[in-house]
Amino acid sequence: MDMEGLLRKLTEEDGVSGYEKKVAGIAAGAFSPYVDDTRTDNLGNLIFLKKGQGNSPPRLLICAHMDEIGLIVTKVEENGFLRFTSLGGFDARTLPGQAVNIYGRDKVPGIIGFKLPPLYTEQEKGQGVKMEDLFLDTALTPEVVRETIAVGSVAAIERKYLTLQHNSRAGKAFDDRAGIVALWQCARELHKIRHEADLYLVATVQEEVGTRGAVVSTFGISPDLGIAVDVCHGDFPGALEQETSPLTKGPVVTSGPNIHPFIAEKLLHVAAEYHLPYQRDVSPGPTGTDARAIQITMEGVPTGLLSIPLRYMHTSVELVDLEDIKVAGLLLARFVAAVDRAFVEGLVCL
Amino acid sequence: MKELIQKLCASFGPAGREGQIRAVIAAEIEKLKEEYFVDTLGNLVVRKGPAGGKKILVAAHMDEIGLMVTYIEENGYLRFTNLGGIMQQTLPGTRVFFENGTVGVIGQEKNKETREPGLSKYYLDIGAENRETALAKVKIGDAAVYLAPLHQEGKRLTAKSLDNRVGCAVLLETLSRLSAATLPGEVFFVFTVQEEVGLRGAQTIAYRTKPHYGLAVDVTRVGDTPEPEFKTNVSLGKGPTVKVMDSAVICHPKVTNLMMDVAEKNNIPYQPEVLERGGTDAGAIHLSRDGIPTGALSIPCRYIHTPAEMVDLDDVENGIALLQELLKCEQW
Amino acid sequence: MLIKELSAIPGVSGDETRIRNFIREKLAARGLKNYTDALGNLYVSKEGRGKGEDPGLMLCAHMDEVGLMVSSIEKSGHLRFYKVGGVYEPALISKPVKIGPDDVYGVIGAKAIHLQKAEERKKALGPENLYIDIGAKNKDDAEKAVKIGDYVSFYSEASCYKNLVRGKALDNRAGCAALLEILQRDFPCSFTAVFTVQEEVGIRGARVAAYRVNPRMALVLETTIAADTPGIKEYEQSTVLGDGPAFTVKDDSVIAHPRLLERLIQVAEKQQRPYQFRRYGGSFTDAGAVTTSRGGVAAGVISTPCRYIHSPLSMLNQKDWHHLVEIVDGFIRSIDEKGLEV
Repeated sequence: MDMEGLLRKLTEEDGVSGYEKKVAGIAAGAFSPYVDDTRTDNLGNLIFLKKGQGNSPPRLLICAHMDEIGLIVTKVEENGFLRFTSLGGFDARTLPGQAVNIYGRDKVPGIIGFKLPPLYTEQEKGQGVKMEDLFLDTALTPEVVRETIAVGSVAAIERKYLTLQHNSRAGKAFDDRAGIVALWQCARELHKIRHEADLYLVATVQEEVGTRGAVVSTFGISPDLGIAVDVCHGDFPGALEQETSPLTKGPVVTSGPNIHPFIAEKLLHVAAEYHLPYQRDVSPGPTGTDARAIQITMEGVPTGLLSIPLRYMHTSVELVDLEDIKVAGLLLARFVAAVDRAFVEGLVCL
Repeated sequence: MKELIQKLCASFGPAGREGQIRAVIAAEIEKLKEEYFVDTLGNLVVRKGPAGGKKILVAAHMDEIGLMVTYIEENGYLRFTNLGGIMQQTLPGTRVFFENGTVGVIGQEKNKETREPGLSKYYLDIGAENRETALAKVKIGDAAVYLAPLHQEGKRLTAKSLDNRVGCAVLLETLSRLSAATLPGEVFFVFTVQEEVGLRGAQTIAYRTKPHYGLAVDVTRVGDTPEPEFKTNVSLGKGPTVKVMDSAVICHPKVTNLMMDVAEKNNIPYQPEVLERGGTDAGAIHLSRDGIPTGALSIPCRYIHTPAEMVDLDDVENGIALLQELLKCEQW
Repeated sequence: MLIKELSAIPGVSGDETRIRNFIREKLAARGLKNYTDALGNLYVSKEGRGKGEDPGLMLCAHMDEVGLMVSSIEKSGHLRFYKVGGVYEPALISKPVKIGPDDVYGVIGAKAIHLQKAEERKKALGPENLYIDIGAKNKDDAEKAVKIGDYVSFYSEASCYKNLVRGKALDNRAGCAALLEILQRDFPCSFTAVFTVQEEVGIRGARVAAYRVNPRMALVLETTIAADTPGIKEYEQSTVLGDGPAFTVKDDSVIAHPRLLERLIQVAEKQQRPYQFRRYGGSFTDAGAVTTSRGGVAAGVISTPCRYIHSPLSMLNQKDWHHLVEIVDGFIRSIDEKGLEV
């Protein structure tokens, strides 16, 4: 499979927070030629090990989350309509009219139903749509609905992968399956490069509901160094410069209290050395990524963050540039190859 | 059953000040001739069943929401802060009691907007004429809880702190009905502390006991009242719930499926639950160490965090039945 | 004067290098060995002089302070910024700052009042109206002196008059000074002292420090809000300058362990020192991260009251600080003598 094939396959599959199994299956198959071991932990994190050639190899963790934001049924109404709440942070205004797959006893297609604007009251005009006014509509009889779907059934947005101009691609769950693809690219590249460190590549679960997969997988692996790979906001008309990073200009290296300064420095250094495009950004506190959890695990883990610019985050038409993903993977591979025992030992001497 | 719940609800035990409720629970456990220990934060732990197999942690928090005195005024009125999620609209006119039995009434300053957030407009009146007489009864750092004894109306019970003394009752009753011989593995029955201020007791006891599985027993919100805040099918009297998700946990499918299977096999009514706002000890347990598959069993409860919470006795009985069958089950 | 010296040094959360190095020098001067971790916490294992058991006590004080971070540079050369920690915005206007490792000076300006329309004058000046001016000609010129991601600390000269100390970052350099003072003394029992990082951005340093040290009990040396100012009723003042150090009964992150709190009170009573209780039940301290560490830790907080924390200038009363040091001293000795059942 090529990189684009994997991105397409991963992002057309459903895997809302807590229900990532099918996505994990795709990832496991794609990574297996390039890794030495694959396992799944108690919460469903998918952990690959790529052994290093060092005598006392440092332990590196690089993770990207494979869950996507989704919906979960809270109430089955008498008439068969389904009330729901979100798993992770949706903007309710992006939901009306979306195609969904509802996972009950069967996979049931549905639409996110809404009140048509001609029926709005004066007060409702001009107001955004609220989550509690929306519902899932299967157009099935209440009896059939009750047989197949229950409180606790989850639903995922359905979206086919779209090829736009040049290297632009759009679809759902690019946040953060683009990151998974970058990890895969890294594993593939490392097949050709000598590296001293034992590398744990982790496809984490439940990031969107509070970086929960990273909390437990980092504890389980207990790495000497951790890097989260996620997406960050791309540029769009009217965007503030400090809040966005343009597409096609390479992955983004973050600095700030959440990030170990030597790791950010090393990423930048490696990128420059191999003439890989990169960008920088800064975060004044804990980032909204798995890096937040990794850093404060156990006795503290020196942490880095590499992000892929992405437009329209948390919608079903997230947009990325393929080359940015590829460069992120290459940069990670070169970084891994550049890390030795002395480097990780230096990280605690501040 | 009612007597046990009544006794537990009457006890004093706000978050961080669980001494009295812990003593009441410890006395019940001694009656059952079970051993227990208390950890640093005050969790009470009973170990039952043969060691060596799968370890299961069953947690019910014994703390309740309350008030804590932060200042005593010249004129004898007390100012307070919250311990856990106090609902402001229920405060004025409510009576509270302290661990030493002192009773106070919550008053509200008239010149402040009722809707203004914060507790600064409320005060506690313990009938003291001045600071000195107040200090004879209460000191800063002392906590108080609602004075609201249990009342039964048909199958329904109403009282303060049914959240989560009803969960404690479910654990105690399950302990008494289960013989160690029927347990396939070791079960840690834990009465946790400081759940109402952030699942703190469950966090530390999960770390210490290193279980293979976790289960929280708590109360949950219902949707069967007029114009409820959240849209949910959960109703009083239709059985305990098997939690699928809340703000703090997505329950492990293995545990929820097992719970539903056991309920169905034993003809115990149950309701699936998705709680939009709120969390339980399951949230802390499942994130312990390298992750613990965790579920939760809840007793449906109306008016949570008010002085008049309400549960249905049938739900309690069915909750005990489900927990009992679940712990006996070999499929963990 | 130690608090004054510590106050002057920049150490915004995530950028504690200089304050850490300064504390390290002080430790070295006293022959105290220390080490760091990956987040930058600074640890000292203080050996006791007695033969008794190690009580498993950890003392900690956070060394980071709130501040700002350069987020972007405008074409004109003005700097936009993020807040690092809970900076109190109204107090930023018309203040000088120091930027980056080279201490480039800047000022936070505001549109001159003459140029503001009547409605404008009534509105609060939020971060969108505020920027740092370093006197650069334009963006290129500014980039020669500063870069995006540079940490910005308040530039405020510390001063003392009688018992008053006025300066930036007294939260929590007063706590650091107290911990340094304690470390200078001899105690019969051993304990671990930690100068923590990143308290102001989510009590992150203390979390990993507690995991590493694995203590039985912990006392956090803090600096807390005093609002004994005009128009604030007594019960809302939280603490009062000059009424002695404050004990926390409860905040949003911790409920002080009852027996540890009781012991603090006993020590203060025995020493006949003034003390008060923090009346505000909110906000977070390192104690919150410590108490839930591993299998649970008995934790408490003792603080120096301080006015205008989280702004460029704060003030405290040295007497309160002095009493705090002596109560902490007495607390450690009482732990050695009587232990503490937790």
